[in-house]
Amino acid sequence: MIALVANPTRAVYAALIATLAIGWALVAFDGGTFTLNDLVGIQQRSAALGIVAVGQTLAILAGSLDLSVAYLISLVSLVAAETMAGQSSNILTAVVVALGVSALVGLVNGVVITKLKVHAFIATLGVALVIRGVLDHLYDGPAGRVPVDFQQLGYARIGPIPVAAILWAAVAAGVWFLLRRTRFGHRVYAVGGDVEVARLSGVRTDRVVIAAHVLCSLCAGVAGLLLASRLGAGAPTVGTDGGYDLESIAAVVLGGTALAGGRGGVAGTVGGVLLLAVLDSVFNQLEVNSFFKDVVRGVVIVVAVAVYARRTGRRAS
Amino acid sequence: MRRLLVAVAALALAAAGCASDLPPTGASAQPSAVPATSAAASEAASAGTGAQSDFFVQADYDAQLAMRTQTAEGPADKPWEQAIAPQMVDTAKYKKDGPYHLCFSNAAVNNPWRQVGWTTMQEEVALHKEIKEFTALDAEGKDDKQISDIADLQAKGCDALIISPNTTATLTPAVSGACPEVPVIVFDRGVETDCPVTFIKPIGGYAFGADGAEFLIEKVPAGGKILALRILPGVDVLETRWSAAKVAFDKSQLQVVGVEFTDGDAAKTKSIVSDYIARHGKIDGVWMDAGATAVAAIEAFEDAGAPVPAFVGEDQQDFLQKWKDGNLTAVAPTYPTYQWRTPIIAALKILKGEEVPKMWNLPQPKITQDSLGTYLQPNMPLLHYALCGCESMPGFPAKWGGK
Amino acid sequence: MKRAIPIFVVLAGLLVAIAAANPFFLEPAGFLAFLKRVAPLAILAAGQYFVIVSGEFDLSVGSLVTVEVVVAARLIDGDEAMTWPVLVLLVVIGLLVGLVNGLVTTKLRVPSFITTLGAMLILSGAVFLWTGGAPRGALSQGFRVFGREGVWAVAILVLVVVAAVLLMRADFGRTLVAAGDNEKAARLSGVRVDRVRVFAFVLSGLSAAVAGILLGGFAGVSAQVGQSLEFQAITAVVLGGVVLGGGRGHVVAAIAGAFTLEALFTLLNLHGISGALEYAVQGVIIIAAVAVGGLRLPSLRLSPSKV
Repeated sequence: MIALVANPTRAVYAALIATLAIGWALVAFDGGTFTLNDLVGIQQRSAALGIVAVGQTLAILAGSLDLSVAYLISLVSLVAAETMAGQSSNILTAVVVALGVSALVGLVNGVVITKLKVHAFIATLGVALVIRGVLDHLYDGPAGRVPVDFQQLGYARIGPIPVAAILWAAVAAGVWFLLRRTRFGHRVYAVGGDVEVARLSGVRTDRVVIAAHVLCSLCAGVAGLLLASRLGAGAPTVGTDGGYDLESIAAVVLGGTALAGGRGGVAGTVGGVLLLAVLDSVFNQLEVNSFFKDVVRGVVIVVAVAVYARRTGRRAS
Repeated sequence: MRRLLVAVAALALAAAGCASDLPPTGASAQPSAVPATSAAASEAASAGTGAQSDFFVQADYDAQLAMRTQTAEGPADKPWEQAIAPQMVDTAKYKKDGPYHLCFSNAAVNNPWRQVGWTTMQEEVALHKEIKEFTALDAEGKDDKQISDIADLQAKGCDALIISPNTTATLTPAVSGACPEVPVIVFDRGVETDCPVTFIKPIGGYAFGADGAEFLIEKVPAGGKILALRILPGVDVLETRWSAAKVAFDKSQLQVVGVEFTDGDAAKTKSIVSDYIARHGKIDGVWMDAGATAVAAIEAFEDAGAPVPAFVGEDQQDFLQKWKDGNLTAVAPTYPTYQWRTPIIAALKILKGEEVPKMWNLPQPKITQDSLGTYLQPNMPLLHYALCGCESMPGFPAKWGGK
Repeated sequence: MKRAIPIFVVLAGLLVAIAAANPFFLEPAGFLAFLKRVAPLAILAAGQYFVIVSGEFDLSVGSLVTVEVVVAARLIDGDEAMTWPVLVLLVVIGLLVGLVNGLVTTKLRVPSFITTLGAMLILSGAVFLWTGGAPRGALSQGFRVFGREGVWAVAILVLVVVAAVLLMRADFGRTLVAAGDNEKAARLSGVRVDRVRVFAFVLSGLSAAVAGILLGGFAGVSAQVGQSLEFQAITAVVLGGVVLGGGRGHVVAAIAGAFTLEALFTLLNLHGISGALEYAVQGVIIIAAVAVGGLRLPSLRLSPSKV
């Protein structure tokens, strides 16, 4: 057990397996079964949050965080659905425009944090409010239409695996490669670990933070596209209803990434998201009250971080 | 330097505010024949003051207003089994032997209206022995979760699937996907497909909105100032309420001095109403698209020492109590919670092969001065909705929190 | 106190603009109504200030406000005799939640962002689990009086402001700022950092209890009563020139930040910029305020002790 806790990534996967096992037993005890279909459901449920959380991991590793993702997701879903306007021929344009909007928002976040030296919490909260204002001003309900072709992204499956889950895996693998195998990745860890040391060793820290934010927003944009494909339209509340801002941060931290930056990684985040999704699925199976679910989630997140903190604390002392 | 910058920013802000070209909310300078709407509301509800909400459909409006005077078919003492102008559909192909497994995808249980309705539905299930299992998933107000929930439920071997959609447009693909698999019953908000076997709803938002507006037009003298309070834009069942009220006000001599969004929040409602009382001195009538914050709005008048004007509320006990205690001039259109009983009844009819209305229009009474006494139930919680149709159910009143 | 001057200039400018647009604002009744409306946020800002200046966050206050109001309604259930016992209970709940937040943050070394995010989920989940999804019951008139009668609300506000200033002038205030400014140095010079931080969280919990009593009194029971108040409170504190990460800023300025935020909403409303663009303007202003305030300060980033 100690060995498991020693590494937060391993710990979260151990917890994931344990939750699956306990969940399976509880569901069986309740008279139900945990089927292949439920596993597909878990992947479907976790894909959007998973993609956002992978992006959030980048921002947090770089010593920042992003509270604007939820509103950005809503905005992207609307921009994409309106650009598509039900025509398959518009899909490519819509994806490009949607990702362009996302990148721009990420750029603004990054520049405000680095150049204007505004604390990430306030900077991204402010940007979130601006996007919210724009949303409220321009939209008063679901808008646009996603052609059936693009809805395949949200509904199609290859064997038992939903396309959405493959998309998530691809995003996660891409970011994992970026973090572990490229110079940019090392710089992200360096900046998140100690920004002064990074600067003194010649890293252009501002650029790294800005890039991390652009990538984080791009991930949110991809999630927005995925949700638009699921809903068949854009919706001004899809991001906030899903609570993607705080929930993605919670998933990242649950996956063992330090909120202060510099420690952790994508693998843990994927585990964290899956853990939350399995909890969701088990609760759904047992028809547990959604409010009870919130209580359990809150406890799980705090306990997990407390466990990680104990571990790092012991190493430090 | 820093101080200076902030000061400049502040002045710039103040100046920008003063120089705004936006029409001041409900300024009396606006022509009184056209209802003045706030900038936000005119954006949300219509392109300009004269234009209608995007959600307005004339044919539906006409049909709903007509339904208000039509007699419903079915047992008079059980309005939840009644239907107005039903077009029956054959359900023989769904006929199967019991016992049955019913499934329900619920949009949310996040407000007292849904809470009362959900309790009522569970009690309805308990009345039927032929239901061996009832599986319900709560989407917690999230479209994406409800889409997944509907997919999950299809795999559970349900004999019938009841859906209360979280939003109309975005749940349509999921509902269309479920229709071929299992008989689907939709209630409350609709979807943009007619694939469900039946769609259950009270008469609808146009009738609700018109009931309130017509009451104010009758009670408030010509030229009177009306404040319209809406929860939020973009929800079809609420948009229709306002758009019908707007049609009525447009034709009247009343002056709508403001249309504001309250987010359904009592504190925000009270603040908005207080602001209007301060600005206009006197408000002659308040129209609301839902009554949950009606009491907060009434209190704003009380706290300002102003007489409470003609009011449109809903069938919640707190409003009814205030109405009686304050001897108000009021009306309560309703969106009855007894509609939560009907889907269970419909599901069983369908599974027994009995025909059901394609569009199941339930009666939608309004509470007036004359019927106030019938609906005011001091033993029930203040947030209880009077039209639950649950008084004769075995768990009443304890299950609904009553004494 | 120097850092605090800009916020008062901005506030004065906003108040003048409001008075110009709505002369009723200058009448006693109008100004009293404004004070009554500001009081809950100002009190929350004072509580949040203690936490922020010590280098932490408290995201749980919004949920806590909802919990206080919903619990009060269910327990009082319209019975006047229950008013005082429930008021006492509410204060105890506030203190307890703050204590738990503080202990988890300091003793278990969970970043306060996560501690209070967890608390936010747990609190709102637990209270609606208890009431079945939406509020139940009703508040008594005796309870409502504190938030409904302007005089009471203003008296409580004044009391809170005075108490906050006195606290910050006492040893507690100095050690709190020291802990937020440089935790290590503070520890070395004998400050019981954990203890003052726990106390800061307790004060924040208490402020949420008081704000809940005022808000519940103002407009009655509502499930949305606390919604996004945590962000508003943090925004107010930051507008007041208090630095996230701790160590800098004055409590009176934080409270002035709450006044400024509310004045801004009022002004935007008066000019018909309600709803939609209100948020956009608010977003730009908080970024601008912090950017302007931080021009000469070193880069502020999240670090282990400052999150």
